Amino acid sequence: MKLPIYLDNHATTPMDPRVLQAMLPYFTERFGNAASRNHAFGWEAEEAVEKARGQIASLIGATAKEIIFTSGATESNNLALKGVAEMYAERGNHIITVATEHKAVLDTCKKLEKHGCKVTYLPVRPDGLVDLDQLRDAITDKTILVSVMYANNEIGVIQPIAEIGKLCKERGVLFHTDGVQAVGKIPVNVQRDNLDLMSLTAHKIYGPKGVGALYVRRRNPRVQLTAQIDGGGHERGMRSGTLNTPGIVGFGEACAICEKEMSEESARLRAMRDRLKETLERELDEVFINGSMDHRLPHNLNMSFAYVEGESLLMGINDIAVSSGSACTSATLEPSYVLKALGVGDDLAHTSIRFGIGRFNTDEEIDYVAHRMVEAVRKLRDLSPLYEMAKEGIDLSKVEWVAEAHH
Amino acid sequence: MAYSEKVLDHYNNPRNVGSLDKADPNVGTGMVGAPECGDVMKLQVKVNPETGVIEDAKFKTFGCGSAIASSSLATEMLKGKTVDEALAIKNTELVNELSLPPVKIHCSVLAEDAIKAAIADYKKKQSVATPAAAPTLA
Repeated sequence: MKLPIYLDNHATTPMDPRVLQAMLPYFTERFGNAASRNHAFGWEAEEAVEKARGQIASLIGATAKEIIFTSGATESNNLALKGVAEMYAERGNHIITVATEHKAVLDTCKKLEKHGCKVTYLPVRPDGLVDLDQLRDAITDKTILVSVMYANNEIGVIQPIAEIGKLCKERGVLFHTDGVQAVGKIPVNVQRDNLDLMSLTAHKIYGPKGVGALYVRRRNPRVQLTAQIDGGGHERGMRSGTLNTPGIVGFGEACAICEKEMSEESARLRAMRDRLKETLERELDEVFINGSMDHRLPHNLNMSFAYVEGESLLMGINDIAVSSGSACTSATLEPSYVLKALGVGDDLAHTSIRFGIGRFNTDEEIDYVAHRMVEAVRKLRDLSPLYEMAKEGIDLSKVEWVAEAHH
Repeated sequence: MAYSEKVLDHYNNPRNVGSLDKADPNVGTGMVGAPECGDVMKLQVKVNPETGVIEDAKFKTFGCGSAIASSSLATEMLKGKTVDEALAIKNTELVNELSLPPVKIHCSVLAEDAIKAAIADYKKKQSVATPAAAPTLA
């Protein structure tokens, strides 16, 4: 077993060697510009791009023409939200999204609010799921778009996307989903789910960084977008810029592998995740799962280890790469807003760890991680005044803390 | 973020972890921070009432590695100092000794607060325990 162990596959994934092999020729001998219409170099690149477009479309039940290439999901989310807001401005200015969305959606919505849009940020239930009745009630005759992520990047909770899609279709409102964490991991189908727009990226599914796509429905309804990057009119005029042929080829190959191996892989990762969860719950007291276990990506585990601060826990398992919802590990020095939206107190948010299991993890690694976690949590609890107080039967919520606003 | 060697050393081998008897009149207990803020430090000193010298110091900390290191180092610095010398300890000494980056300075501030709180608690206990020692007007 090689150290360190990578268990942060919601952040990014290592590239599959098969993907790299598919990409390599497109850096050197097949370097043409896919927009060059009058020579073999261009045709070769275009053919490769169109093959990839088909592979991506196939994974999500779309047609190739509905795939618009971008630089990644942040750009796709920006294009979807800003492009719809601008294109459909005459029809309405109201957008509905959810408090637990990725910043690429939330910050884009904030920007749109400055430009006259009204945005409703729906709360989530304690299990992380959107309440469909609340969503239904939030839709007005000014609503042009609902944007709800397929699965959450921190807690792995899968939203009731098909139900939301059905509701949006009935109400004649466009539906966008950030599919980054779900596509390639669980079955996603744009027809079954009534998706109008979906953001995708390659690097979360063992493909390269710097390439993504936006699925844009072409029929029933035909979704239109105002381009956010102008230029040569590539990608049906929705996204100009020379296509990243090697990246796109890799993205296509990554999707083809997922389509072929998803069912076997998700069962395998789920077994590893469950084994990790069971060991931690058996060996440690006062651990809490954040978010629904029933509606959850098979490879995600997000747990709070009460009385042990997340960053110090990461230090204690320094040969394992995971993430924490602790303020100390975030750029903003605030604990996770996703956990906050679930109603998880800041005290427990500071103790949360996200595990993201991936294609290349092994059972041996999972057992090692579980062992190291148990060891580190026990060590830090011996150091924790809170654990000591809790064991003495003191109710920590009733203690008057002497804290200054030092952040 | 990369930690300094000294922070890692204190994190891996924390000094003076534990608890002293809160009820002992010669023990001062300081507890600062809050679980919601991600750091709570409990720091205790045991003072020799004859000499005013801190004979023992213990800590327990919930917080990041820098918070643990700051409080661990604080207990080391406290031992052997008089109460007044202890009150003169500044957070900047901890920052320099541990090479804390700017985002971690609040950890050292918290440790300084914990020292002050522990000593204030000791002094309060002493004034209650030995009323005869209270200053009287001549």
